[in-house]
Amino acid sequence: MAKIEEYVPIVGQSIIDDLRLLAEKLKGKVIQNINSTSVGGGVAEILNRLIPLLRELGVDGRWDLIKGGEQFFGVTKKFHNALHGRPAEISERDFDVFMDTSLKNVEEVNIYGDIVFVHDPQPIVLIKKKAANKWIWRCHVDVSNPDKRVWDFLRGFIVNYDAAVFSAPAFSQHLPIRQFLISPSIDPLSDKNKELPEELIDAVLAKYNVPKDKPIVTQISRFDRLKDPLGVIEAYRQVKKYVDCRLVLAGGTAADDPEGIKVLEEVKEKADKDSDIHILLLPQNDIEVNALQRASDVVVQKSLKEGFGLTVAEALWKAKPVVASNVGGIPLQIKHKYSGLLCHSAEGAAFAIKQILNSPEYAKKLGENGHEHIKSNFLLTRHLRDYMLLFLSLDYQEDVIHL
Amino acid sequence: MADLVRAKEPFRFYTRLNLTELTGLAASNLVQLSDLIKQVPGASIYQHTHRFLQQHLYLSPEPPNDFAYWITTVLGEDELGEKLASIDTIQFSTIHGLREKIAGTIEGYLKDNPRASSKFAHKDEEFHFMKSVSFILPTPYAAYNLREFADILGKVTIDSIYFHIFEARLRLEKGANDFSSWIETSLGNKKLANEIAKLDPYVYTLEDLRKKLIKIVEKGIPR
Repeated sequence: MAKIEEYVPIVGQSIIDDLRLLAEKLKGKVIQNINSTSVGGGVAEILNRLIPLLRELGVDGRWDLIKGGEQFFGVTKKFHNALHGRPAEISERDFDVFMDTSLKNVEEVNIYGDIVFVHDPQPIVLIKKKAANKWIWRCHVDVSNPDKRVWDFLRGFIVNYDAAVFSAPAFSQHLPIRQFLISPSIDPLSDKNKELPEELIDAVLAKYNVPKDKPIVTQISRFDRLKDPLGVIEAYRQVKKYVDCRLVLAGGTAADDPEGIKVLEEVKEKADKDSDIHILLLPQNDIEVNALQRASDVVVQKSLKEGFGLTVAEALWKAKPVVASNVGGIPLQIKHKYSGLLCHSAEGAAFAIKQILNSPEYAKKLGENGHEHIKSNFLLTRHLRDYMLLFLSLDYQEDVIHL
Repeated sequence: MADLVRAKEPFRFYTRLNLTELTGLAASNLVQLSDLIKQVPGASIYQHTHRFLQQHLYLSPEPPNDFAYWITTVLGEDELGEKLASIDTIQFSTIHGLREKIAGTIEGYLKDNPRASSKFAHKDEEFHFMKSVSFILPTPYAAYNLREFADILGKVTIDSIYFHIFEARLRLEKGANDFSSWIETSLGNKKLANEIAKLDPYVYTLEDLRKKLIKIVEKGIPR
């Protein structure tokens, strides 16, 4: 795991000095993070990075998990889809399953933090244990247009927190508590984002039988309907009529996502044995993801909804031209025609991919601008700073705070 | 070589770190936008007139405010967007004055172009009001003379320069930027102080502003 000093050559000494100043102000406070899984998905990935760095800076950050069985995670997956605005049939029984497991967790999870930082809906009921400490609910989901029934149910818990955190402005809701905007981030030193030698990239392509004979268009995502892998295949087919290329669809499935395997089957069916479509199931291999992104000529993220869409930041950090949907946190990362191309449909994605494949100079400029934007706003060091400011803000009501 | 003037009180550099708070308030047309502009806290007006400066350090020219950007790109009202983009923020010494000017400009435009009030943004493209929460912290840097001052300007974070130039003048309503105030009162160099005061910092990227300030200060160092 990278040490804080290793970020100096990337972001500069002064940024790290600021982090140390803030950490000093948080000495003595225990920050207890709670979520539902330690592997798979963006939340676990971010916590795995942030907590060691917080601790190295002298902030006592810790991490606990709630427990849940297949039924519970089946329900939370339905909640997740409903919060994204997708119709989901949720029965009274589902709410009961959610509450039964949640109440067991309320009994079993030890709460010891001065600040309890609860991530996503799965552990939300733990707020019942609120005492004199401060509680923050961190929503990593796109709730710009949530299913009212599920939102209202969760809202009953959210209002008891001291503050909520969302990843994009459009996710904020009418709430009687303070709400903050904190975008997630990528770690430039992680296996997923660090520089890789050409030979390693070639070896990964060879391992998955992806020849370098044609331009490579890639979407890296969990096999999830909200990531619209079928739409990506449609866009590829439209591009393919004019520009010969390969499509790589690569991703894993998270421990709390029972739907993934089903979607993977649908994708295979839609690909219909096209030898230029490469469907790769990569269980948590960050170096390989990194290599595939670096080997790509265009990176696509054609999601229908996004909590944030960190794969966009990953690709831009590698100075790749990106075509992505104008949803969730993606427009925060891409300024259309400046640091990537935004689209609203499979047709729009196809048009943008063709533009990029046909204009290498333009593609290069988009990638370079994207890299600078990510460097200023979406690296882990900015994220660490925002979280420390958030923890400090709980003690103040003013808009201008002298520390 | 003339001697450098040594200040009795050093210039102590502070830095300002920003956390963005969401308000849950959104506008989908110009009438709602101008109503909310009149109601939201000053910290929200500050956020939407200064966010671009901090998030796009290397891009120039940039739309100076979020209102102008939204009105132009989402509602397609280019003329109003241009009017708002050209509001001279440096002319205002209070957020209150800036708020009145923005709201007044939108209302004046709606009076002349009533059809503009019927344009609505798509649900995904509404204007979301946010506000800025500033944390002000001392840095270890202090300068007693112009040489030290110029050196430190090259070392501090861009947030520190931002704080002393933008935030101190408008948000803390000190009337002038901190650099000019110190150079005038502690070093007695009114000419140099004025030269910095008359810069329009809103038309630079922050990194270019840093370079410009260093250049001006270095000119004032006796050789």
